[in-house]
Order: sequence, then C-alpha cells, then structure tokens
Amino acid sequence: MTATIDSPRSGKNSSGKISPQYRRTGASRGNFEMFAWLFMRLSGVVLVVLIFGHLFVNLLVGEGIHAIDFGFVAGKWADPFWQIWDLAMLWLAMLHGTNGVRTIINDYAEKDSTRLWLKIVLYAATTVIIVLGTLVIFTFNPCPVVDGVPLPGGFCPA
Amino acid sequence: MTAELAEPASKIELPAHIGGGGEIPTFDVTLRVRRYNPEVSEDATWEDFKVTMYGTDRVLDALHKVKWEIDGSVSFRRSCAHGVCGSDAMRINGRNRLACKTLLKDLDTTKPITVEPIKGLPVEKDLIVDMEPFFQSFREVMPFLINKGHEPTKERLQSAEDRERFDDTTKCILCAACTSSCPVFWTDGQYFGPAAIVNAHRFIFDSRDDAGDMRLEILNDKEGVWRCRTTFNCSEACPRGIQVTQAIAEVKQAILSRKI
Ligand code: SF4
Ligand code: FES
Repeated sequence: MTATIDSPRSGKNSSGKISPQYRRTGASRGNFEMFAWLFMRLSGVVLVVLIFGHLFVNLLVGEGIHAIDFGFVAGKWADPFWQIWDLAMLWLAMLHGTNGVRTIINDYAEKDSTRLWLKIVLYAATTVIIVLGTLVIFTFNPCPVVDGVPLPGGFCPA
Repeated sequence: MTAELAEPASKIELPAHIGGGGEIPTFDVTLRVRRYNPEVSEDATWEDFKVTMYGTDRVLDALHKVKWEIDGSVSFRRSCAHGVCGSDAMRINGRNRLACKTLLKDLDTTKPITVEPIKGLPVEKDLIVDMEPFFQSFREVMPFLINKGHEPTKERLQSAEDRERFDDTTKCILCAACTSSCPVFWTDGQYFGPAAIVNAHRFIFDSRDDAGDMRLEILNDKEGVWRCRTTFNCSEACPRGIQVTQAIAEVKQAILSRKI
C-alpha cells in the first residue's frame, strides 16, 4: 500500500502556492505612478504659494474681506494675471485632490467593482468641475445683457 | 501522563556570595493568545494562559512554558531564539516584534499580554502564517549579486565608504515584521512591501553590483515603491533597527534621478 503525502507548504489548493490576492497581475509598464508621485510633491509646493497668495490678496489687502463681492471678483478676472493665477489654482488643486482620492480608493477599496465605480464617479466629478471652472474664469461677464436688458448689478457702467 | 517539565532546571551549586537564581523576581502574567485551527473551526478565538515567569524571561519563554507545560497544541515558529533567524515575528500587544527579543518586564504585566499572528498574510495555524507571498516578493527583486564583469581571481574589493552606503539594509533577517505592519500591504497583498525594497536597496547601492537598473525597473511598478505612504510603521517594527522608510525613500530617489 502506498500513501501520498503532500509536500510540505503545498498550500490548501494544490493548483498554486500563493493565493490570488497576492499574485501581481503582470508588470505595469510606463512611469505613471512615478509621475503621479512627483506631481503630488510639486503641485503641493506650488499650491501653498498660490493659495496663501490668494487668501492674502482677497482677505487682508485693502478693505480686506469686506471688499469681496460680485464686482471684486469681476475686477480681478478682468486682469489676465489673476485669470492665470486662478486657473493654475483650479487645475492644480483639482488634480492634486483627485490623485489623493484615487490613492485612497486604491488603498481602501477591496473589491475590484467598488474600486472601478468609485473611480468613475471621481473622474466624472473632476472633469465637470475643471471644465466648468475654466469656462467661468475665461467667459465671466460681469454685465450680462439678457434680451436687451442689463441684469441688475449696480457696478456696471450704465 | 502527568505534566512533566520538558526542560528540567539545571542544578549548579553556586557559592552563597554569588547568589542563586532565586534572586530574580518572579511574577504572574496572562498570555492572551490568538488561536486558530482550520481543522476545528474557521473562527479564530482568544485563549488566556496564566504563567509564572521570571524577570529575565521573554515572551518566547512564556510561549514555551505554555506549549511545554500547559497546552502542546499552541503553535508558533521559532528557531534561534536569539533574534537572528527572524522566524518568530508576531503581534505582541498590537505591535510587531520578535517574541525572542521582547522582555516580559518591559510590557505591562498587570494586563493580559496579547499575542497574535502578524497581519496581512494568511494564517495557517495559531501564530503561524504563510510566508510564501512575502518570499515571492523578496525573490522578485533578485536579492543576489549580479556582476557583468569577469570573475576576479580574488575577492571583490570595495572601499569603506562604498560599503557604508548600504550597510543598514544588510542587517535584514527577513522576519516580515515590517511588511506585515504596513497598512498598504494589509489591503493590497500585491504590494512588494518594505522587506523586498530593503533587500533590493542592499544590492542597488552596492558598488560591486551591476543590476541596480533592473531592480529599479522592477520596483517602478504600480505595486512598487510608489505604493509607499511613508507611515513609518515599518521603521518602527523592524527588530534590527533598520531605517526602512528611509531605504524606501532612497530607492524612490534613485528611480527618479535615473528617469529624469
Ligand atoms: S527590514 Fe527589519 S522588519 Fe523587515 S524583514 Fe528585515 S529585519 Fe524584519
Ligand atoms: S527565534 Fe530566531 S529571531 Fe526569534
């Protein structure tokens, strides 16, 4: 009579030694994760300057917080300097935040389907906000005229 | 069969002025061990053991006492019992340590001492986990010298400074305390993990090795170094005091400076 003794450490399922959740699914090509990592550091540094500059100009200079109204924003966006400033802030903050949340999803979502859906929602939200924000910065019109009647505002030249 | 001491106390006559072993204070500790036996139940449970230990004893000694005198079915790995082989990493009071390097008197003995298997690897029985995924990652970074030049007739010389460059990461004993303390590894078992990166670091920064680029390429993976969140759990867990997080950061730097 012969008995078969499993070789030690052959695991519960004889098909493979390592259970599937540990097996790396092929090497990823490209440097995407490296650039994502680098982007987080660089955009973080730039955002510190942009955001504190933004807060300083809006809240502390001149009349400070009391000066902020529709007209104040309109005045700022009439200047290409602030257009570029706000555009950079919008894009960098959105991409920085999106990448951060993408990382959190990767870290915490355990099921592939959950991960996929969370990322679809994330990327959709990011796209909408970036497109909308960019549009507003460049097409902002402080004195819109609807059907020949200027909308009330009080700061537009009559 | 009566419980018999597996290892009877040694009898050495000591002169009175040296003092006997009785001078070492004894105390009672409760060891709360995570028990798991898939042949009995799919659920893991806690089991408490009360043992009287000496001030010079380690958690490993308490486990031995339990296994040898109370319940022989308690299972754990250990080999050298002196912090060299790396087989007895476990989660003691919630922290990854080597049972053979953790003195009981350094822990709070008024409360039960919890002993669990390291996290993130499949438990086989009690404190024994399947280390295969861990070693798979280790093998993938090619932890051996690769030299393209002609084989020298004598040893490969290296300056003291060149040797110093990777000295810290030569100390690894592959205990898996770091990898199983990493929160990224807990949810993503495909992550290479700190130990594999430490052992890649050991060869990447070795002036005699020629395959650093290949190893950097392997770790430039989506499951490679960029998965690290710099939480420092690994550096804190390492029983050899290796600056694991720093080693990972150096590998990141090396990949960056090679690519850009
Ligand atoms: S780096 Fe330290 S904690 Fe990690 S496997 Fe090596 S010795 Fe153990
Ligand atoms: S038994 Fe060898 S390191 Fe603890």
